[in-house]
Amino acid sequence: MKIAVLSGKGGAGKTLIAVNLAVAAKNSVYIDCDVEEPNGRLFFKPQNINTKDVHTLLPSFDTEKCSKCRKCLDFCRFNAIAFIKENPKVFPQVCHACGGCALVCPENAVSMEKRPIGQVEHGKHNNIDVITGILNIGESSGIPVIKSAIKTGFSLNKNAVIDCPPGSACSVMESITASDCCIIAVEPTSFGFHNFKMVYELTTILKKPVGIVINKEEIPYKPLENFCKENNIKILARIPFSEKLAKISSVGDIINEKDSYYADLFKDILTKQVN
Amino acid sequence: MKIALPVDDTKTNICVSFGRAPYFMIADTEKNTYDLIENSAVYAEGGAGIKAAQIVVDQNTEILITVRCGENAAELFKAAEIKIYKSEGSNAKANIQAYLDGKLSELTHFHAGFQGVK
Repeated sequence: MKIAVLSGKGGAGKTLIAVNLAVAAKNSVYIDCDVEEPNGRLFFKPQNINTKDVHTLLPSFDTEKCSKCRKCLDFCRFNAIAFIKENPKVFPQVCHACGGCALVCPENAVSMEKRPIGQVEHGKHNNIDVITGILNIGESSGIPVIKSAIKTGFSLNKNAVIDCPPGSACSVMESITASDCCIIAVEPTSFGFHNFKMVYELTTILKKPVGIVINKEEIPYKPLENFCKENNIKILARIPFSEKLAKISSVGDIINEKDSYYADLFKDILTKQVN
Repeated sequence: MKIALPVDDTKTNICVSFGRAPYFMIADTEKNTYDLIENSAVYAEGGAGIKAAQIVVDQNTEILITVRCGENAAELFKAAEIKIYKSEGSNAKANIQAYLDGKLSELTHFHAGFQGVK
């Protein structure tokens, strides 16, 4: 079983839920795909870490061979190539590594070279494999790092919990595409509800079974309750707005390992979702 | 000397955006001509600044007068040895005169890209 945990906004509780579900599942793999700010490792404190680099491709030009025909420049829809003083210049942050410039070059003057954009860390927390995708600061697309983190995690053939980036953009699609089901963390506020509807729509487009966990709940938020009823969305759990939970999290402890009530709650989510 | 300026739909006033300006005015101070060329980067999904800068570079301009300019375009102008000056007021021709009179200062602050919807 591969569960993706996502949310419409940051701070809704993705990492809280994903980390605790991975612990509840015992012999599992936790994959942090929130590569711009991976924080699951703050709680797991993984040991025996192996790190591998993740690369993307960047065109390199042989100026001797280049006939200055500019076919590469005309082809590039991202406008990542310019010609200055008759020499091609590429803008790495704008390039999407499609390789089109190399294909259209009549002189074979373009070759695609590896450019490092991040790392994937693999460590252990007891029986749990902790995989962390890390995108280098300043990079615009984390997709290659997400792909590499998921591939590393899935190769272990264990139950997997994927901690997704916030929102509903390409990076989230990449993170949930290979999952069997999705759990959406929702804050019971009008802001949280608005953003929840966007990610919910994404999961329905991708035809994923969905359940939700309402986090930081004081009283039920009516519009959210009604929306779930109308759309037959399973509410898997309600986590209260609790000072105790905040304190455990604030020192980097895992709630599941500190509090038996919540250990049962997360185990229960797993049973409900898996069925 | 050729001077380039981004201009808006009025075709006489400077456009606040460089990369997404609808036109560029290319002034030739020796021939006393003012040509308008269309900026095809207006419709670019991304990298509009780079594409627009290429258009200006290809006109063999030596000077660019603009309200603002992004980092990528600025990098291109630097490589092409085109100097960038900050415009004052909205009229394009008045800015050319102000430059010739030595009243404009060089633009030194370049903003990060507005890539797509970011």
